[in-house]
Amino acid sequence: MDKSEKLALTLSGMLLVIFFGAIMYASVAQNIEVPTCITDMEPFATDTLFQTGPDTYELQMVSRMWAFQPSTVRLPVGSTVDLYVTSQDIIHGFKIDRKNVNLMAIPGAINYMRVTFNEPGEYLYACHEFCGAAHHTMAGRFIIEEGIDEPEVEGDAL
Amino acid sequence: MMENYSFRFSKSSKNLNSVLLIIPMVLLFIGVYGGFMQTLFRAGIIQSDPFVGGDYYKGLTFHGVLNAIVFTTFFAVALGNALIPYSLKKHLNSKIAWTSGILMLVGSVLAAIVILIGEATVLYTFYPPLKAHPLFYIGLTLLVVGSWVASYNWVPMYLEWRKENKGEKTPLAVVGMFTTFIIWFIASLAVAVEILFMLLPWSLGLVDEINVMLARTLFWFFGHPLVYFWLLPAYVMYYSFMPKIAGGKLYSDMAGRLVFMMFILFSIPVGTHHQYMDPAIGSQWKLLHGIFTFAVALPSLITAFTLAASLEHAGRKRGGKGLFGWMWKLPYFDKEKWFFPYLILGLIIFIFGGIGGIINASYQMNTVIHNTAWVPGHFHLTVAGPVLLAFLGGSLYLIGQFMNKGIKFKGWAMISPYVYTIGLFIMSYGLKIGGLKGMPRRTNTGASYANPDSILYQPDWIFYIDLSVIGGSIMFVGIIMYLVSFFGTVFAKSESSEEGALVTFPISEPLHDEPSTWLRNFKPFIIIAIILIVLSYAPVIYDVIQNTYGGSLPYSPNSPVPLR
Repeated sequence: MDKSEKLALTLSGMLLVIFFGAIMYASVAQNIEVPTCITDMEPFATDTLFQTGPDTYELQMVSRMWAFQPSTVRLPVGSTVDLYVTSQDIIHGFKIDRKNVNLMAIPGAINYMRVTFNEPGEYLYACHEFCGAAHHTMAGRFIIEEGIDEPEVEGDAL
Repeated sequence: MMENYSFRFSKSSKNLNSVLLIIPMVLLFIGVYGGFMQTLFRAGIIQSDPFVGGDYYKGLTFHGVLNAIVFTTFFAVALGNALIPYSLKKHLNSKIAWTSGILMLVGSVLAAIVILIGEATVLYTFYPPLKAHPLFYIGLTLLVVGSWVASYNWVPMYLEWRKENKGEKTPLAVVGMFTTFIIWFIASLAVAVEILFMLLPWSLGLVDEINVMLARTLFWFFGHPLVYFWLLPAYVMYYSFMPKIAGGKLYSDMAGRLVFMMFILFSIPVGTHHQYMDPAIGSQWKLLHGIFTFAVALPSLITAFTLAASLEHAGRKRGGKGLFGWMWKLPYFDKEKWFFPYLILGLIIFIFGGIGGIINASYQMNTVIHNTAWVPGHFHLTVAGPVLLAFLGGSLYLIGQFMNKGIKFKGWAMISPYVYTIGLFIMSYGLKIGGLKGMPRRTNTGASYANPDSILYQPDWIFYIDLSVIGGSIMFVGIIMYLVSFFGTVFAKSESSEEGALVTFPISEPLHDEPSTWLRNFKPFIIIAIILIVLSYAPVIYDVIQNTYGGSLPYSPNSPVPLR
């Protein structure tokens, strides 16, 4: 292999090592992670939202053809939510707009991510995995407002 | 290597290879039509398919299956059936070759029919518990098995050649084709297990329930190496043909061999990077697959250097001066070298496709783009970019050779990839930026998010959806121009009346030709690859089995009630 080829190979390798270093920095120093195994959670079939601390909530979300339950979640600004997502039927996808939350909702498994809402506004979550004929209508919203005393959910299970 | 050496194929191989090119081209056209309709659906311009009938998701299924799985598999087999006998100077066993071809044709046509009658609207990933008609799974199985049979046919030819040519280096094109099919074989074992032991018995009703996460994990064991199965035949043509067509030499023979062996090592233990957002898999194993994904980016970076250096060599030989002067001396618009644009444009597109791929593989960064429109934006810059263009150019070249016909409408053939590339950049830009703004993939936005009357209306996305309509239309025109040349050639008068086909390929000579003895044997690389696969997949499969509960009944895409 000639000199320039070797140089190109070395530089390419270094570039990838730098990229990988950035991932490790985000993971270790910034604590930005991807979903992992959840082993301490009982399977659930209905959705629930409850307060676990002054600004913290736990939301168990159920996705099914073709709705998220709940479909609207109203929370005060500054809320941190422990979000558990599963599916009751086929594979769905759950991504909160403008937030680093992106979860596959898969039957037979529970997915988890923590999210904090510091800015008021509406945050759309649209199903992003094909789930049948009305997939494109499956969506919901977090509504984050100042001065909400009681969190509210709509479109929850019967 | 001899200049312009030709090899005579028997009449039977000639006919087989022509069939393996022409029928998939018809299927490709159906798929391309489906792709164009996708953009119209997404913008809300149409609500049902005007010709084929059915909704967006049926169209998306045949677009994906026919273009990404059927067309690509046929071309890879046809290229191997052409390059391996040519390079080794040995004849194909035509009985085995025809068996393989017939299995693939029957399988593809079966799968296409059940999709088109609306019995398999499961997209090309066919994730359970959405259930397709059993013939869909059987059709895909026959296609894959047919491709195995084709590569099985090449093994004795290679072993015989090795015996007769002790101490000689295997021709690089042969190394590339075997690499392609070694990866394909190992990867497709997982999807064979998924289909034969899980999906098929479950869709026939022999078993009630299926483990969705396990099926999905097996699919992605196959699904990522699948992209190298698409990419590597294009690499074979880049390394073997392009330098010669450009008027130069391959900069380094050893780089080519190193690249192929690295693909064998790192193509497969990477699939979980498609499942970063999945439950039931430990994040440490996802990170491990991420590391290997970075490793498999390395051979593509080496390729970028080697091919650019080869083109610089060609450009300088053609009189290019200065640091960048050589770039303007390449045959971009030479009708007689119509093949060149298919290769060079693919490489330019792949700069963006490759960057996108590294972004997708970057663990946490995947959170931003996973399952958004960014993803199809990305893979249209890979499989519908360098892969498609190289395969179209290759198909036209091969059909001309095997049917003894001069290429017709050469001007159209030469311009078509430029038109297509312009459209592709516009469409992919729309999809990628739309995706960053949160637009989901695989979603009929026209019926909700892009409809001003819907409560889900997202005005921010409209501009990007419209860009994909404009880009998609231009791509469609580019493909039509290509098909005029392809079928013009197929139906033209043959230039000779001889029985077989005298075939010539533009095989490049190396500029630097090192002995590279440690890269001459596949075996050690296959063994290390298997070790890496076991190390990376054992914990993933263990996690999936440990952390899932219950099983899933089959569902139709049309009802929220299970089918049994």
